[in-house]
Amino acid sequence: LQSVRGQLAALSIAAVVIIVGVPLWWRTTETYRAWLPVSQIKELAKLQLHLSADVEVVFARGTVTPEQQKKVPLTQTQNMEHRVDGDSFNAILTPMRLSNSASVEADLSLHTLSESPSGSLVVYVIPESSSLLPQNVDVYIGQRRTALLRIGSQMRVGKTLEQLLAHMEPRIKQVLHVMSFSHTDITAALSNRVRISPGNKESIADSMRAFKSSPGYEITFSLLNPDPKSHRLHWDIEGAVETYIQPLLTKLSPVANFSIDSQTLYYAMLGVNPRFDSSRSTYTLNADSLAHVINPVEARLGSNAASSNPVLNFLLYIPDAHHSPLYIHDHKKQQVPTNAFHSPRWGGIMVYNVNEFYEVDTVFPVDINIDMAKVMGVFLAQLRLLLGVQSSTPPPGFLVAPCGNAGLADWELDRLMWSRSVENIATATTTITSLAQLLDQIGNIVINDNIAQQVSSAVTSLQLAVSELEAGNLGFALQYSKEAILSSERAFFDPSLLHLLYFPDDQKFAIYIPLFLPMCVPILLSLLKIVSEARQKHREKKPKKD
Amino acid sequence: AMAEQKFRVRARALVCVFVCVVMCGCGRDDFQEELVIRPLHSGDIYTSFQFRTLWETDFTRENKVSHYRLFPKSLGQVISKFSVRELHISFTQGYWRTMQWGQPYLPSPPGAELWVWFQDSLTDVDGTWKELTNVLSGIFCASLNFIDSTNTVQPSASFKPLGIGNVTDHRFLRYATLPREIVCTENLTPWKKLLPCGSKAGLAVLLKSEKLFHSSFHSQAVHIRPVCKDDQCKTTSWELRQTLNVVFDLHNSGQGKNEWSLFKMFSRTLTEACPVASSSKIYIDITDNSQGEQFELSPATPLLSQAVVLGDRRTFSVYDLTQQITFGTMRSLNLLIRGKSSDMLRPLLHAERYVAGYGLQTGEIHTLMYNNHPYRSFPVLLLDSVPWYLRLYIHTLTVTSKGKDNKPSYIHYQPSKDRVRPHLLEMLVQLPPNSVTEVTLQFERALLKWTEYTPDPNHGFYVGSSVISSLVPSIVAMDTNNSRERPLFSSFFPSKEESSYFVRVYTEPLLVNLPTPDFSMPYNVICLTCTVVAVGYGSLYNLLTRSFQIEEPSPGLAKRIANIIRKMRGVPPL
Repeated sequence: LQSVRGQLAALSIAAVVIIVGVPLWWRTTETYRAWLPVSQIKELAKLQLHLSADVEVVFARGTVTPEQQKKVPLTQTQNMEHRVDGDSFNAILTPMRLSNSASVEADLSLHTLSESPSGSLVVYVIPESSSLLPQNVDVYIGQRRTALLRIGSQMRVGKTLEQLLAHMEPRIKQVLHVMSFSHTDITAALSNRVRISPGNKESIADSMRAFKSSPGYEITFSLLNPDPKSHRLHWDIEGAVETYIQPLLTKLSPVANFSIDSQTLYYAMLGVNPRFDSSRSTYTLNADSLAHVINPVEARLGSNAASSNPVLNFLLYIPDAHHSPLYIHDHKKQQVPTNAFHSPRWGGIMVYNVNEFYEVDTVFPVDINIDMAKVMGVFLAQLRLLLGVQSSTPPPGFLVAPCGNAGLADWELDRLMWSRSVENIATATTTITSLAQLLDQIGNIVINDNIAQQVSSAVTSLQLAVSELEAGNLGFALQYSKEAILSSERAFFDPSLLHLLYFPDDQKFAIYIPLFLPMCVPILLSLLKIVSEARQKHREKKPKKD
Repeated sequence: AMAEQKFRVRARALVCVFVCVVMCGCGRDDFQEELVIRPLHSGDIYTSFQFRTLWETDFTRENKVSHYRLFPKSLGQVISKFSVRELHISFTQGYWRTMQWGQPYLPSPPGAELWVWFQDSLTDVDGTWKELTNVLSGIFCASLNFIDSTNTVQPSASFKPLGIGNVTDHRFLRYATLPREIVCTENLTPWKKLLPCGSKAGLAVLLKSEKLFHSSFHSQAVHIRPVCKDDQCKTTSWELRQTLNVVFDLHNSGQGKNEWSLFKMFSRTLTEACPVASSSKIYIDITDNSQGEQFELSPATPLLSQAVVLGDRRTFSVYDLTQQITFGTMRSLNLLIRGKSSDMLRPLLHAERYVAGYGLQTGEIHTLMYNNHPYRSFPVLLLDSVPWYLRLYIHTLTVTSKGKDNKPSYIHYQPSKDRVRPHLLEMLVQLPPNSVTEVTLQFERALLKWTEYTPDPNHGFYVGSSVISSLVPSIVAMDTNNSRERPLFSSFFPSKEESSYFVRVYTEPLLVNLPTPDFSMPYNVICLTCTVVAVGYGSLYNLLTRSFQIEEPSPGLAKRIANIIRKMRGVPPL
């Protein structure tokens, strides 16, 4: 009886430890992990992107035969497969809406014809005989989202409109590549995810020049005056920004927010000593030494205290009186006409010589007024490059209208928006995927509700952005992709993910063992003993039966 | 040729007009630099740099585009982003010894001090304050990011705005000190970068860190405030004052000889003024030396200037660096001061503080305030900000002067909350003439959580300096015309009446030991508790599971041995 009581006690203690103790210990040492939409993240990680652009083809009078005209309007979809390095991003889809407008020829002011939404294109087909375009030009690209396409007489052969369109398709694709997006653009936008195949150095340099997509940019103009003793400089930066830079930035406002400031830095020197060219009695900076120019100046520029957006620096350097005039020479030892250069993803530097202000009897310091039109022309061109407004060379036979006073045509903005949306989506997906991976790998990280909320809002925005891209609503797609980036970054850089909770396992065991070992050993031993006794009894019973 | 010349002249005039227009467009700014040298009675030498940038602009209105010329861009962005009205920040290494050195031109407590008045349009003051301290800690390379709610107070009376503006609601004021902050080169470099000429020209070439930090006292500060541009105060402008005060030790850097020169102090001489500065001057205090009997100056200067500073009329020799003649034929200025100053004026107000008591449980803070005026009494405002881990017993507060109880006419006390906010004690005390007033307050030391201790807890915990602000009766009439052109060092605290001048005195910071545990303790505690639990549990377990039976006692050892022997002999066992 005694031994049965002991056994019961041992069993009940073991039961209490297992039923109450273990769950209690488990609950109290558990880390809080909110639910994350893992399956949706995994789906996003595949990055199936469908870009679609509306192309409206308008036939002017005399380009369509009456029988072709019968089946109008009609919608035709064209698929263009693009595959980037195994990653299953693909399928650019172009639904073509066709309409027939008989009186286009009369309406020459094509810009005001229709206000098409961003991302869409209107192609006007005009007959060969039309005098709208110069002789050797087949395609004219306007300032808005319009293009004029001259149709050859041999194109009339097609019986139906479909056949005619099939004839015109390569041309329209070319127009689309210039005005919306091309394979290279999208590849460049995805450069974060996809390794660019080596060999094409030029395109790598092109793709690395522009700043990464960001919700905002800070533009800083700095006037470097290394010699305030001899030069008293005056620049009307306020007026110049208002006249030259602000129109472009207003146009670019759907892509990002911009803020502008300027400063004057005295005694800011370049990092290299210019070489004296005695034949022309000028000083020269060689292209190879330009790389060393920026560093000492950069220390003076100061970082932006008010935001963490990337900074575009534009420096105007006035050489000191003893190193003047100063010219930048390119790799072919030729003087650079603009006397300026830019550094990828950093900014631009322009050297502004002020020799004409010196006279024989000049008393230093000289008052110098800087010609801001000259300076801002250079900075504006550099700004376009750094923001990724690519002016790719059009194919032969294309004529591109000069951009208006905003410095940016509508279709150029569209091109930028296409690549920025794709880039944002790619970046946000990478961020979210790697965050999900990290959280999956390290089980100790606490996932608070706010992080889960940020993650799921990023995922929703991403899904919306992808579906808007598919529907061809470029503006919304960009908006959602920006939101996705913001919330994914906020989730990724949340300080609560970095708390001091990562004890190595051996330390944990060192703390648990003094308690667990003395408690578990007697329980285990008595359980073993009970089992062996039970077995023995069982064995004893057997012979009795026999 | 004549015509051409005329044309050229006209062209130049045109350019000039154009320049003026342009300059009006971007807002006028002005930069001044100044160095004051005061030989001290102790043989040490006090040098004080002041750089002032004035800018006629409105940060609050146009926060879209900002174009900076002389004003540093980083500080301008801070002002407009965080809606700052006034910002005062100082970094100090060493303690100003008022009794030996007299009053400083600009007082500052040891460590870092930051106080900011925000615009009254701001809604989330605490959030902005937190962000601001983080940004400033980046700008000045200092640990200002350790400023949080546990060391921030809102003084109700001691820190009034120094610039214009009538907002005095202390909800928009934040004050914090970090008495432990060590000031070194990494703080000086960003400070120098804020100057328009950097350290390339002007007085700033003297600022070489290897000499500046080899001194008894070093304090650098930045003060930003809106000021009046003219008498009527129709236009306001922003003033940025960068100040740097150094006291060089006679025995440490002067080799014991009473002979100082710019080269000896800074290992540099001056060759030019900063080209963008509208004024660049060196003042040397020669009040006690009007006949040249105490010390001599070379090169001598004919320029003399008088100013009323800290309630006293002082005479200064002035060297104007914008004049080429100052640099002489050598084209470099190396001021030489031989001899030392005679007796100095006894400071009318000074204070000291210490911790009394023994043991690690309780203690007592003593603050002594000295009024050295022979016949005038004056009121002082005492501000004490004590961390929450010293639990003040406010009922033990006593204020005594000349052995009698001195009842403060105003007391503002905000009790602390553990881990949330510090104690704030402000009181207005009347100091009788020629007396010492003692304020005592008992406290209890709290036990901290083990993660709240600093890396070297046995060093002790710092308690920031007390701040004593007062209007001290002046011996001479103060200059109340604040718009008049005056040396920078005499125009920082605006004086509103002729009979008194404003003084702020900081006491020593306190170093208090808190009960400190042995930090391997948590593991020991875990092991010990587990052992106790395991032993208790083991015996309980045994009691419950074991069955006890009476057993025949086994025969003793002797009996067993005897039995073995008997067995060998063949005798039956016992």
